[in-house]
Amino acid sequence: MAEPALEVQALEVRYGAVPALRGATLSIEAGEIVGLVGPNGAGKSTLLHAVMGALPIAGGSVRFEGRSLAGVPTERIVRQGLALVPEGRHIFPDLTVDENLRLGLVGRGSTDGISDDLERVRTLFPVVHDFRDRQAGLLSGGQQQQLAIARALVSKPRLLLLDEPSLGLAPAVVETVWNTLSEIRSTGVTIMLVEQRAQITVGFADRTYVLGDGRVKMQMTPQDADDTERMVEAYFGS
Amino acid sequence: MNLGQTIIDGLALGALYALVAVGLALVFGVLRLINFAQGELITAGAYALSLTSNWPVIAQIALCFVVCVGLSVAIERIAFRPLRGAAPATTLVATFAVAFALEAVWLIAFGANGKPADPLSTLNTIAIRGSLNLRWITIVEIVAGIVLLGGTALILNRTSIGLQMRAAATDFRTARLLGVRTNLVISFAFVIAGVMAAVVALLYTVQTPLVTQTFGLDITIIALVGAVVGGLDRLWTATAGGFAIGFATSVLGDVLPASQEKFLTAFVFLLVILLLLLRPGGLFTGFGRTTVERV
Repeated sequence: MAEPALEVQALEVRYGAVPALRGATLSIEAGEIVGLVGPNGAGKSTLLHAVMGALPIAGGSVRFEGRSLAGVPTERIVRQGLALVPEGRHIFPDLTVDENLRLGLVGRGSTDGISDDLERVRTLFPVVHDFRDRQAGLLSGGQQQQLAIARALVSKPRLLLLDEPSLGLAPAVVETVWNTLSEIRSTGVTIMLVEQRAQITVGFADRTYVLGDGRVKMQMTPQDADDTERMVEAYFGS
Repeated sequence: MNLGQTIIDGLALGALYALVAVGLALVFGVLRLINFAQGELITAGAYALSLTSNWPVIAQIALCFVVCVGLSVAIERIAFRPLRGAAPATTLVATFAVAFALEAVWLIAFGANGKPADPLSTLNTIAIRGSLNLRWITIVEIVAGIVLLGGTALILNRTSIGLQMRAAATDFRTARLLGVRTNLVISFAFVIAGVMAAVVALLYTVQTPLVTQTFGLDITIIALVGAVVGGLDRLWTATAGGFAIGFATSVLGDVLPASQEKFLTAFVFLLVILLLLLRPGGLFTGFGRTTVERV
């Protein structure tokens, strides 16, 4: 069997003496959309940043396509084919839309096919083409989110991590963003989606892990989306 | 006193201070660090010129660039990089330490009496005579200012490394998540700062041909004050601030009667205090800033 796209084993991360992850274990197969939900402070963002090498790993392991990422600096991890769309989008407000997009090119492992990839992303997200010369800070929240995803995509990731892409967006806009995620997956990109909105995430993703207190507490499938009892247990049970 | 002459001389000195300010602002942009050691680059370049007075001028100039850029990159690599992630106050103190250490080195190696350096003294001649007496150095300083500042703007706006620097200056964390190489953009900022210092060393020796251990420090402190008054958080405001203080210094020097000239610096700082009272956020804040927070 092929190596999982991402394999996180007993991952521990601490902020000083405070543990944020206490042995989280999960794995994602190539081509999947996997959700990660959990209450505030469960360690969701911490897990993503640890995978990206932006936080030091205190214990356990992270493997991307079989290779360990422990101690590898972020700039190299990005070039190996991972990309993170951070929470709050973090587009560069003073730069133009096109400049923001081009920053995504920095993290490419290879320079082949840049114009094709830019073209594909512009088709997927017309907003990055239509407003190319506009200051990115002037875009609406939904447009900024699309730009942030587009920027991550032009680095040509095989695994795309998204941290709360629906945060602060109107429901209709959220739907557009999620439809796009399905399209992105169909081009062969594996997706890990961190969300606060548990129910719709469980219904959307192939599988969803529930994180609580720094550990993975359970795994859910779309069939569980309407099982409110199980949902509540996942969030508040011990 | 001739108004045209005063303005032209002000433009020339302003250009020189703007070059110092742009180096300070570039480093500040990527490291959030005020690099007090930058003045020592200018001093080092000037000493390099004085020690090679029997070399061909072109070789002297080349050496000046090598020394300034090399020292700039070396200081970052040896003194600042190990402190990456340390508290801002720690790194700030480190820049003081580097500056004072180098000043001590200059004093021990070259003495307190100063060394003459005048590779470009021929520029101190009149180029155009008339109602305005235009010296070559004035023209060269203004042209060098325009070319170097324009070149920096081109690099920042038209190249990938420039784009990465601008991104890193806004949000280094996110820039790194996109694959921007931390060491590359920081080193590049120090390279540009070194180039600016070399040019300043070359041109400043024309009007101040005696190199002492504080040769670069004074001009850097004043340029820094200008950059802060302009607004250190953005490159163009910092540069404009550096230019403004150089211009003001030159004009004040012309306007003040000879007996008052020893108070020149005091007058400049008085002006700065007044400006900061009137515009505490910086002289140029509020211009060209159209970004609004959107959700």
